[in-house]
Amino acid sequence: MTLPGFPEAAPLAGLGGGILIGLAAALMLLGAGRIAGVSGIAARATGLSSGGMSGSSAWMFLLGLPLGALVVVMLSGGLEASFANPWVLAIAGLLVGIGTRLGSGCTSGHGVCGVSRLSQRSIVATLTFMAAGIATVAAMNAAGLEVLP
Amino acid sequence: MIKRILPPLASGTLFGAGLALGGMTDPARVRGFLDLFGDWDPTLAFVMGGAVIVMALAWRFQPRMAAPLFAEKFALPNRTELTPRLIGGAALFGIGWGVAGLCPGPGVAALVIEPASAAIFVVAMLAGMGLVRLIEGA
Repeated sequence: MTLPGFPEAAPLAGLGGGILIGLAAALMLLGAGRIAGVSGIAARATGLSSGGMSGSSAWMFLLGLPLGALVVVMLSGGLEASFANPWVLAIAGLLVGIGTRLGSGCTSGHGVCGVSRLSQRSIVATLTFMAAGIATVAAMNAAGLEVLP
Repeated sequence: MIKRILPPLASGTLFGAGLALGGMTDPARVRGFLDLFGDWDPTLAFVMGGAVIVMALAWRFQPRMAAPLFAEKFALPNRTELTPRLIGGAALFGIGWGVAGLCPGPGVAALVIEPASAAIFVVAMLAGMGLVRLIEGA
């Protein structure tokens, strides 16, 4: 299915993917009693934070992420992906790492778990990082900076 | 043991499958969504919408449970205050997200799609997290 006016969009795959992500976060909440926030879980697994779930649970969740992606790659016969060059990835990764620690979360913890809980902090954080992301892409486009091949 | 290991592994696997199916492991798709004033790709809105709807149902169900299915108690964030740290951090995160089209979940999931590129992002992300910890002396 395509969207009129947006030939590149994949609304059904997006919705299906979103439902899986929602089920994953629901399983974490109702099964383990915790928030499925990937930045916090990554920090917990690597010993960069001490609160939250146990270190072994954090590693199991992190291990699952590429495992689940691999299942989709195998079932679909390959996925499109274009990544920026190493320097851009390194700068972006640094900013994402610093930002998620200061901001106490990312797209999953604030954007999915917090927004659906109507947490004021998460709604403000989500609006802020969306606006910052949109402004960043707009500014880079205006400056003629193309980072993806 | 199984009760402790299986739920987070199953959750992570479902999460990673959802990210890949929804196209979030392709930075071009994520940047396409953030390119609101250019060639906009609304796919990420469908991903977010689907996830938030399912999770909203889970939040309605949660208060009726005395305890989680596989743990002793719920351990959920309860902070409500808006701080400059929250907003500044979210802004920095958003800038990094816009620069490369990657956030933590897709970065880790993409380790099986473009291992070298995803690894650079993930290592830099952990370095950034470590930097905050170092500076704050926590």
